Amino acid sequence: MTPVMAHYIRPEVIAYACFGLVLLLVFAGALIAVIPKNIIYNVFGLATSLIGVAGLFIFLGSEFLAMMEVLIYVGAIAIAIVFAIMLSQPMHLQIPPRWRPKVIFSLVVSAVVFVSFGVLVAHTDWQAAAVRGGSWQVRRLGELLLTRYELAFELISLVLLVAIIGAIITAAALGRAQAGREEEEA
Amino acid sequence: MTGWLHDTWQWLLAVFGPVALALVVGLVAVLVWVQVNALFLVWLERKVAAHIQLRIGPKEVGPFGLLQTVVDGIKLVSKELITPRPANWVLFVLSPLLVFTPVLLPFLVLPFAPSLPLRDLNVGLMLIFAFSGLNVLAILMGGWASNNKYALLGAIRSVAQNVAYEIPLLLSAMSVVIMAGSLRLGDIVAAQEGMWFVVYQPVAAILYLVGATAETNRAPFDIPEAESELVAGFHTEYSGMRFGLFFLAEYTNMFVVASVAITLFFGGWRGPFLPGVWWFLLKVYLLIFVVMWVRWTFPRLRFDQLMNFAWKYMIPIALLNLLVTALVMKLVG
Repeated sequence: MTPVMAHYIRPEVIAYACFGLVLLLVFAGALIAVIPKNIIYNVFGLATSLIGVAGLFIFLGSEFLAMMEVLIYVGAIAIAIVFAIMLSQPMHLQIPPRWRPKVIFSLVVSAVVFVSFGVLVAHTDWQAAAVRGGSWQVRRLGELLLTRYELAFELISLVLLVAIIGAIITAAALGRAQAGREEEEA
Repeated sequence: MTGWLHDTWQWLLAVFGPVALALVVGLVAVLVWVQVNALFLVWLERKVAAHIQLRIGPKEVGPFGLLQTVVDGIKLVSKELITPRPANWVLFVLSPLLVFTPVLLPFLVLPFAPSLPLRDLNVGLMLIFAFSGLNVLAILMGGWASNNKYALLGAIRSVAQNVAYEIPLLLSAMSVVIMAGSLRLGDIVAAQEGMWFVVYQPVAAILYLVGATAETNRAPFDIPEAESELVAGFHTEYSGMRFGLFFLAEYTNMFVVASVAITLFFGGWRGPFLPGVWWFLLKVYLLIFVVMWVRWTFPRLRFDQLMNFAWKYMIPIALLNLLVTALVMKLVG
């Protein structure tokens, strides 16, 4: 008996199929994130696209970054966005049509970003991760963050700190204002 | 007797090759295990609840009522799948499917026995935590798409609770990771050769168990599906096997969370006399029994109490614990 199907189902073929699937997730997710008018669809599209990006990290050989992508972007940020949307706007209302200048402006911005990234990609001398060498394990990433990229790391922490303090102040000020109004009414 | 089985296997191996066959067999094994585990846990839950409330529980179908949940499962499968007219059809159908995916993935990395994890990834622990976030997204999707106020309220509560309790869960797991020096679940078990981590990390263990109970939406943290306030919370509108999938996901999630707790704090598959896999299962089901015991003993808390507890007590304690662990490891090691 000849191995009929085994010829087609090899690890390399499965890897290629998975890569195709990941690309599909990235692009389909990105399209869903911008085209539908229902904002809830947009967020789920964004989440799909980010899961695809995590898949790309796996193909680049960094499983840790892939997991972080899912944990932070899908698990926290996408959920926070959905949460904010749900609390801010009644979803059963008619979705207003798009404002045309806004659409055109977004198209121009996307085109500019696309072209500049395209130029960057075309002019970079790409090397395979294996050729460039070096280990990209968790320990190495941690060491780099605390030595070479320490300044960037601290700056990002600072931005986050500002955001958190801002959120607390906003919430506290709003809460106090509301409490004051309720007292006046009573 | 087994001759034809062997022949069939050889034929399959020849036609499809070892790679595809391993994939399919592994997937089928995990799926079967998920079903059997859920059926057993539902039966156990009903028995435990009954005995705590001085009842007997299911006893008619099969020995000790063991087949009761099988019959219930058949009933669920044969029920009609109802989609409410005002619901958002796409997301409504997608949600139960999406809720089921993240609970299957951890089976890739769970170390049932020294040689049994399907793939011992070097970021195994992160894989489990990362994909548990998808669960929340799916609940949110279902609750919103149902177009029902109870479902939406349940979904919003679920997200708020899960986001709050995931932080102490991760932080307590991180203090174990610092001690073991690895995110690989196999290494974490190996590091507990002399002593279980629960001895060095009692605070983290307690934080993890509380957080895990909240993550699996169980009493006293069951506000997302509080029957007496919200009908059934986020899955109010679901019927038949779609509801069944939510149910399966919930009980499988319990198993996963308990397995991670066993791996992190209670020595994983380590134990005398018996093979590792038996010790692992024994510990996991013992822990699940404790969680059930808690569910049927304590009342449900109020929403604001839960939020205050997570943000004002659990997270600061977890951070402090992480800091102290890092300091001690630096000074000692």
